[in-house]
Amino acid sequence: MKPAPFTRHVPRTVDEVVSALAEFAPLDGRILAGGQSLVPIMAFRMARPAHLIDINEVEGLDRLAVDGDYLSIGARVRHGAFHKPVIDGPLGKLLAFVVSHIAHYPIRMRGTFCGSLAHADPASEWCLVAATLDAQLVVKSVRGDRIVDVTDFLEGIMSTSLAEDEFLAEARLPLLPDDTKFGFYEFSRRAGDFAMSAALVTYRLVDGVITDACVGIGGAEDRARRIPEAENVLNGQAPSPELFVAAGEAAATAIEPLEDAQTTAEYRRDLVRAVTRRALERSTQ
Amino acid sequence: MTVHTKGSGTTWVGRSIRRLEDPSLVTGRGRFTADLPATHWVRFVRSSVAAGTIEKVSAPEGAGIVTARDLTKLKPIRPMLSKFNYVAVGQPILADGVVRFTGESIAAVYAPSKDKAEDIADQVEVEIAEGTPLIDSMDALADNAPLVHADTKHNVIVEGRIATPGFEDIWKTAHQVLRVEARSRRQNATPMEARAGHAAYDSATGRVTLTCTTQMPHLTRTAVCDILGIPESELRVVAPDVGGGFGQKMSLAPEYVLLVWLARKLSSSVAWTEDRRENLIASFHSRDQHVQLEGAFDAKGKLLALRGDIVANIGAYSCFPTTCGVEPLMALAELPGPYDVRAYDCRSRGVMTNTCPMAPYRGVSRPVITFVLERLMDKAAAAFGIEPTELRRRNLIDKFPYTSATGLVFDDGSYKETMEMAIKAIDLDAFRKRQKTARDAGRYLGIGIATFSERTGYGSPAFAARGMEITPGFETVYLTIDPSGFVEARIGSSPHGQGLRTSLAQIIADEIGIDPEFIKVVHGDTDRAPYGWGTFASRSLVLSGGASLLAAQKIRAKLLKMASHLLEAAPEDITLQSGSAHVIGTDRSVTIASMARAAYHQAHIFKGEIEPGLTETGTYDPSGTFSNACHVAIVEVDIETGRVEMEKFLVAEDAGLIINPMIADGQVHGGVAQGIGNALLEEIIYDETGNILTSTLADFLPPTTHEIPEIELHHIETLTGNSITKAKGLGEGGAIGAPAAVISAINDALSPFGVSIDEMPATPQRIRAALRNSGKLPNTLPSTGRLA
Repeated sequence: MKPAPFTRHVPRTVDEVVSALAEFAPLDGRILAGGQSLVPIMAFRMARPAHLIDINEVEGLDRLAVDGDYLSIGARVRHGAFHKPVIDGPLGKLLAFVVSHIAHYPIRMRGTFCGSLAHADPASEWCLVAATLDAQLVVKSVRGDRIVDVTDFLEGIMSTSLAEDEFLAEARLPLLPDDTKFGFYEFSRRAGDFAMSAALVTYRLVDGVITDACVGIGGAEDRARRIPEAENVLNGQAPSPELFVAAGEAAATAIEPLEDAQTTAEYRRDLVRAVTRRALERSTQ
Repeated sequence: MTVHTKGSGTTWVGRSIRRLEDPSLVTGRGRFTADLPATHWVRFVRSSVAAGTIEKVSAPEGAGIVTARDLTKLKPIRPMLSKFNYVAVGQPILADGVVRFTGESIAAVYAPSKDKAEDIADQVEVEIAEGTPLIDSMDALADNAPLVHADTKHNVIVEGRIATPGFEDIWKTAHQVLRVEARSRRQNATPMEARAGHAAYDSATGRVTLTCTTQMPHLTRTAVCDILGIPESELRVVAPDVGGGFGQKMSLAPEYVLLVWLARKLSSSVAWTEDRRENLIASFHSRDQHVQLEGAFDAKGKLLALRGDIVANIGAYSCFPTTCGVEPLMALAELPGPYDVRAYDCRSRGVMTNTCPMAPYRGVSRPVITFVLERLMDKAAAAFGIEPTELRRRNLIDKFPYTSATGLVFDDGSYKETMEMAIKAIDLDAFRKRQKTARDAGRYLGIGIATFSERTGYGSPAFAARGMEITPGFETVYLTIDPSGFVEARIGSSPHGQGLRTSLAQIIADEIGIDPEFIKVVHGDTDRAPYGWGTFASRSLVLSGGASLLAAQKIRAKLLKMASHLLEAAPEDITLQSGSAHVIGTDRSVTIASMARAAYHQAHIFKGEIEPGLTETGTYDPSGTFSNACHVAIVEVDIETGRVEMEKFLVAEDAGLIINPMIADGQVHGGVAQGIGNALLEEIIYDETGNILTSTLADFLPPTTHEIPEIELHHIETLTGNSITKAKGLGEGGAIGAPAAVISAINDALSPFGVSIDEMPATPQRIRAALRNSGKLPNTLPSTGRLA
């Protein structure tokens, strides 16, 4: 349980981060943020980076603020920052509700929002939030900056479109209109375990009918994503238990379920059906 | 809190005094094996395949490495049974040409630090010609199955059968026969502290001190010396603070043998700290069993006969000292549990596979057989249309001593009384009403009952029945009052978290009239403690407590004699209390401390009538006693996801006289928590190639505080003649009853669907699959606000 030898680099600025990445990424270098996923797999020697570029002392990356119509989350912002709503309105509440499902308190005090996205575990709550809310991601390298839609960022199980020399510096979550309703439900074996399926829904009610429905599913497929089939069931309809059942059914049918030794595709669909409906029920409470 | 009185006042026994061992543990001053510095750190190179032939092991230039080739003079670990068709198989300290399970040690490398050792181990290349692994015991039973050990005729290496005379005649009279086919999946005991060893060679004496996290220091000394072929005087074994064992640490770790051998070879200190992955894949596993059980009942629901077949997967080797017979043979002897049944026919087999070897784990077989037997009783209750408690009422033993169909003699107990107490405390009738209301609203609550016996505190006669080459049993205590008046009890048991230092001090304190805070219990050091068997099988309080009492009675008699001499009063007119001897009805007294001083420094004043010094020995080897309990679980099953939510857990327990209620409750709490893990969460999973899929604590899931409900405890204290302290053991009961109660509750909750959950753990996947297969799932779903 001791990691293979590595060299740690401690840049102080974003420029130093991208320079270090340009230099060391080809030599098996990686970014170290909160380390809550990377360090354990290094201890198992399943990951053996030769170089770690530790961003924990980089100025400015801890910025968490509203810029115009989005919430900007810097690469050093820890999960624990969201324990209390970071802004007024539904987005702050949504993030505060979701964050309590991420692992355990000590992990939340170290792990980072952007680190979760870059790690791209299919069960990540923040990947689900980013996918459901159509986050935009600011990616930097010595070659310049680019802004990537979350749908183009998350590619599969622990796989993103980040190039070897690129660094996820910031995530941008669109602010939600004040009348946005949201619901989140996660199923895991024990409190704090990885989600076996989770659903996040947001929508608005206009003249008693649902509009702008976003239904995101995490933990069930190789990446978190919105499920348009379920959103189509909801949009234009008045909320009702029957409608929520139908949306759950649509989501369960639409997914391409992950399977493992204990979990069949059928069971994963059962969970998606349940978590989707329950997230919708919670949105009305 | 129960307060008992003895003679003239309140006694220490029966009081929840705080544990004397805790101040150092809760302030970070505990001393554990892994805290010791060492010159060399060992890392084991372990097999990545389950079965195969080692073709080549190559290490980097200059690396410190040990392989089987270096250990040709060492004997294998080869525990023996003289009965039950046992076939002895040997386990080499390092795999010798053949690997038999994933995680088996092939080589040991050593370096000046843990991380360097791991770096070197990383570079060791092992080439193995892979064979076909046997993972499931059912595959290993097949006629044409490959052999795990080529020198055996088949993979069954232990087999027992008990058949009472006239069985078939009784069976034929049955009104109804019910059947259970049950499966208990594989677990790991998961002590908080994984295994660790440290061997230090002393160049002055040529002795080695092996500090290790064991439950059995003396047996470890014997085993290591036998394997190395050295006298026991050359090895001292120390078990310092041990962070839980639960049975996993009572079996000899081959790694410790290697450490002692290497310390002698290098004339230095060598250490190894097992990591969690090693512990999960390559320490010891438990509980992997298939049980088929049939019960024949008369028309009134009285159990007439039991017929069973038990298959225990015992892994690739036989553990020392119990042998792999420990699980199948205990299951065979104790399957009828606390029910009166006169006819019994059961076969039990231990089958080798290419999996991690099995060792005892808290409860041994009994969590499995209790679960299976209670499933049978629940099915019978359903068949007879009566409450499960009523069926048990008709079958629980209530006359003592009771000799079971397998020949076990049950001493006084309270099997029915604890059940009635539990039913009343939980308010069964009120629950049934609440259950009905919930069902009408589409929610599925269930209640589960488990009644069971816990055989505890048995000495060498009981163990001899197993035919072990090494028959555990007696315990010895050396009790000394030193010249300063402080008391030291040196014991052969080796507690690892149970609070025995405190409980024994309470027993001794009452006898010799000295407060527990002045009594130090010393254990876990073969240079200091009398030869003993360590701590396992819910034995230490009964055996070491009995030996402590016997030694204390001798000290008491000597103190009274001395006081009689000094106070010029008859011994029967003197009491020992609060550190002094008092002549009853007078103000004449003398302190025990001054008598102790005199015993050593003024021996002449006793004029040769009293032997100098103040040390006595007590040895206790009892026949054994049975504790009993009724466990009740209330659960809610989420039929959409298969998730089980524990609502409440209640235990009505009878472990005889309770020495320290707080410690007793703590034992039950911990056992229940492990039992809930057994029922719902914990499962070691192999894939078909023999690779373990659950090698981290993110995959193997012990329960956390979130998964453990409130546990309500009630006690009955039936005083037994089978234990001189009147205390029975209770270390395992929590783990024995809880799985059965939880599974029973799940089945009760799901009774509208006609499903039978007969597999542990009852994972959400399994429950949901059973519900789906029932074809009775409702189309409309309830609102799930409560489940949020």
